[in-house]
Amino acid sequence: MKVGIVVFPGSNCDEDTLHVVRDVFGRPAELIWHKEHDLHRADYVVLPGGFSYGDYLRCGAIARFSPVMDEVVAFARRGGPVLGICNGFQILTEAGLLPGALLLNAGQRFLGRDVLLRADGRPSRFTGGLSRTARYRLPIAHMDGRYFIDEEGHRRLEGEGGVLFRYADDNPNGSLGAIAGVVNEAGNVAGLMPHPERNAEPVLGNLDGRTVFAALLGS
Amino acid sequence: MVARVYITLKPGVLDPAGKAVESSLHTLGFQEVGSVRLGKYIELQLPDGDGAAARARVEEMCRKLLANTVVENYRVELQGER
Repeated sequence: MKVGIVVFPGSNCDEDTLHVVRDVFGRPAELIWHKEHDLHRADYVVLPGGFSYGDYLRCGAIARFSPVMDEVVAFARRGGPVLGICNGFQILTEAGLLPGALLLNAGQRFLGRDVLLRADGRPSRFTGGLSRTARYRLPIAHMDGRYFIDEEGHRRLEGEGGVLFRYADDNPNGSLGAIAGVVNEAGNVAGLMPHPERNAEPVLGNLDGRTVFAALLGS
Repeated sequence: MVARVYITLKPGVLDPAGKAVESSLHTLGFQEVGSVRLGKYIELQLPDGDGAAARARVEEMCRKLLANTVVENYRVELQGER
C-alpha cells in the first residue's frame, strides 16, 4: 500500500507524517504538492496537519479548492481511504467529505498539549485493533478544534456509529459530545484533531501515537 | 458596484470570542449589553451592472467559499446597484 501525503502551502506536519509512515511503518510514501492533478498512484491519502493558507477565512476553506482536491474527492468517491489529521480534518469537513465543522476552541486559546483519547463508534478500517477500554495519550495542537454539527446531523452521526474518537476524561476544546474524530457514512474517509504522528517513536515520550496511527493505516 | 457580505455564526452555535467581548464590555461598565456575536464583514468590488445577477453571483460565492453554511449564515447588501 502506497501512502500519498498532500502538501498545501502552510502544511507543517507533512514531513513528520512522511517520516512515520516510511521509517516507522516501512510503507512506501510520497509527498504530493497541492498544485498537482495526480495522486502518484497512492492507495491511501493523508491530508496532514498545519495551517494551510494561514487559516485565512476559515481553517481549510481555501485549501479545499486546491487543484489536487479534485483528485482527492474523486479518489474518496471511488472508495479510496482518506485520512485528515488536524488541519487535514478541517479541510475534509470544508470539502464536505466529512460531516460537521471545526470551530474556535471554547476557551479561545491555542491548545498544545496531550489529551486522552478513546476509540468509539462502529468497527471501521481506521480503528481495527484499538481497544474500546484503553485511553490513548496523544498530542493536540490547534486553535479551532471544537467539533460542531447540527442536532439532526449529530443524531445521524451517532446513530451510524460515525464517531471514531472521543476525548476521554476532559474535553479540551468544547467539542460536541467530546468528539475528536469521525468517519463518513461510507467508512472510507476519516478525520481526527489529535496528532498520532507526533508520538510514534520511543524518543517522543510514549508509543500511543504509533498504536493509533497503525490502526488508522490499517496495519 | 460594491457588495457587502456579512457572515455570522448561526444562532445556537457557541461564539466564545463574542462571549469574551461581552464580558469585557460588562467589565467596562456597559451593563446594558445583552449578548455579543462576532462575525465577518467582506467587501467585494464588482463591475456596475445588473443588481439581481450580481446578487445571485455573490450568493453563490457565499455558498461555495465565503461562508460555511454548516455553521454560518450570510447576508448580502449591494451598493450602487442600478
